[in-house]
Amino acid sequence: MSQAIGIDLKKSSVDALIAGLLALILFGPIVGVLLDGYGFKTEFDRVAWIVAIVAFGRFMLSCFLQTEKGIALVHRFARSDDGAIVLPPGHKSKMVWVIPLVIVIGLLVPFIASKYVLTVVILGLIYVLLGLGLNIVVGLAGLLDLGFVGFYAIGAYGLALGYENLGLGFWSMLPIAAIMAAVAGAILGFPVLRMHGDYLAIVTLGFGEIIRLVLINWSSFTHGPNGVSAPLPTFFGLEFKRRSSDGQTFHEFFNLPYDSGYKYMFIYLILFLVVLAVLFIKHRLVKMPIGRAWEALREDEIACRSLGLNHVLVKLSAFTIGASTGGLAGVFFATYQGFVNPSSFTFFESALILAIVVLGGMGSTLGVVIAAFCLTVLPEILREFAEYRVLMFGILMVVMMVWKPRGIVRVTRTGFASRKGASK
Amino acid sequence: MDIVLQQLVNGLTLGSVYGLIAIGYTMVYGIIGMINFAHGDVYMVSAYITAIAIALLTFFGIESFPIILIGTLFLTVAVTGAYGWVIERIAYRPLRNSSRLAVLISAIGMSLILQNYVQLSQGANQQGVPTLLTGAMRIEVGDGFVQITYMKLLILFISLLGMGVLTYVIQKTKLGRMCRATQQDRKMASILGIDTDKVISTVFVIGAMMAALAGVLVTLDYGAFDFYVGFIIGIKAFTAAVLGGIGSLPGAMLGGLILGLSEALFAGLISSDYKDVFSFSLLVLILVFRPSGLLGKPEVEKV
Repeated sequence: MSQAIGIDLKKSSVDALIAGLLALILFGPIVGVLLDGYGFKTEFDRVAWIVAIVAFGRFMLSCFLQTEKGIALVHRFARSDDGAIVLPPGHKSKMVWVIPLVIVIGLLVPFIASKYVLTVVILGLIYVLLGLGLNIVVGLAGLLDLGFVGFYAIGAYGLALGYENLGLGFWSMLPIAAIMAAVAGAILGFPVLRMHGDYLAIVTLGFGEIIRLVLINWSSFTHGPNGVSAPLPTFFGLEFKRRSSDGQTFHEFFNLPYDSGYKYMFIYLILFLVVLAVLFIKHRLVKMPIGRAWEALREDEIACRSLGLNHVLVKLSAFTIGASTGGLAGVFFATYQGFVNPSSFTFFESALILAIVVLGGMGSTLGVVIAAFCLTVLPEILREFAEYRVLMFGILMVVMMVWKPRGIVRVTRTGFASRKGASK
Repeated sequence: MDIVLQQLVNGLTLGSVYGLIAIGYTMVYGIIGMINFAHGDVYMVSAYITAIAIALLTFFGIESFPIILIGTLFLTVAVTGAYGWVIERIAYRPLRNSSRLAVLISAIGMSLILQNYVQLSQGANQQGVPTLLTGAMRIEVGDGFVQITYMKLLILFISLLGMGVLTYVIQKTKLGRMCRATQQDRKMASILGIDTDKVISTVFVIGAMMAALAGVLVTLDYGAFDFYVGFIIGIKAFTAAVLGGIGSLPGAMLGGLILGLSEALFAGLISSDYKDVFSFSLLVLILVFRPSGLLGKPEVEKV
């Protein structure tokens, strides 16, 4: 192919014109005519800007796709995506020292960071927990769960209502909530896991919405939209309040001046340890037969079943383990906020957790941790763009699916070596 | 007795609206096997365009209801159809050969984009349209009466008309034959010279247009809407599509009517707080016990 690749400007111009016209039709009414009561205000300059940007962008894209680089790019897109990076057998990562470093830094954070930074980091860690839970379900087992927020709500309301009705505190509710969420996962999962992937997504979405609607409407038990207050964790029975009705408080016992930051430090430390434990468990699970079965089932269900895997049990285990992690996250969310109400558990929250898993790379632990922090911490830093947050999530989800369906961090795994003497 | 009859009338109109939206889900599912998650939000966009069209038409001094209705229908259906085309082009076509999970996630992303885009450009407040058609018929039943507003009659009439036209197009025209061929076997259809990409685009446009029809009718009747209305009505229309058998066009219409009627009866007789819970539970139950729906063919998994 020695023939020089010319850029057909006429074609690009036509493309740009069509794109501009479409943009005018699409954005003209919605962006240009602002409803105001039964009348309207016009905002034609906004439309003009958008149309100009779209037309210009389409023109540049069209020109670029005709260059050599552009053609190469189109070919890259046409190729199907590739799976995990397989390392040679017996590979030892040189990055092992990073783990203790991260743990030490993580443990030091509450003593260095300001209260505000600490609350943001706690929120980030809660989403890490949620992302890890959903990652088992979506990333490893390939079951698209759009009602994950339901389990999160069960955990959060479990703590709040358990405290109000049964007098159970944070420490007893932490395991109970995880079990409750797991049971809910099993109850939901058992009938639905035999169905087709897309149907599963819709059923789980329905389940999440049912939980939210029940929380809103069953006001005698859940106090409806007003919400319920949730207790703080205690330090060996010592409370983190300014004054305690019974017994001593934390700062009195240690002769410290009262500081509302202590409770966040304490929540952070427990949360950090729980996240580490979940990370460790997940790391081991992936290498165990059950983890292998999850991934195999994701790749080809019919092949797995013909090899004798009980697909319902394998999926159910992924579902319950994911759900219990969601329940744990819910408990932390409730105690961190001190208060829960149904508006924290909308479908948007499920979509956000899904975005974390998708962006991080399905099945990749590191990716999920990074994505969770990016998606929760970045909006805090970029406060002035807060309204564009959902728009950005949506665009990111579409772009990632088109561009890198496997997420930002590719999964790596160590390959198998056949044993010596084994027949090939 | 009159409550039951009244709820039946309400359910019938509600159901015909669900049926219109369900057509979009069922046709897209039939042809490329994906749940178009953004379809409910296409409906929401059409509600906004309806209000904008009415505002524009009244601004230009048009007072007569039929002209406003026809103008609004025309504008809304055209613009929403364009939305359907662009959504398919941007978010779904590049993923034609990807896994189903990827397409579904892309669709969820598209749904978030549409919601937030409308919220950013039109504001988060509830919007409304003026009541243009008033009046009702009253039918005496025993001690009470059943009231059927003219708007409800109009909804029934126009949605049945829309469904009739669509059935004609799918059954009798060349375009409809291409759609059905692509639905049966995409690869074979493309071998036989059908531009399947174009057919898929057409199906998206038809789905969006039907949703737009529903958007105009509901907005004229109900008056108020916000950027979030697409979510619930989208899931319910999906329930209707599944109930009738997803992929089946008459199934979507039948499913819409059954869902509308049963939901209205549930709201009237048992509890209106839990009517959404009722619909979602119905969805779950159908998917568990009869995923192929009333008129659908059971899906056979092939290697």
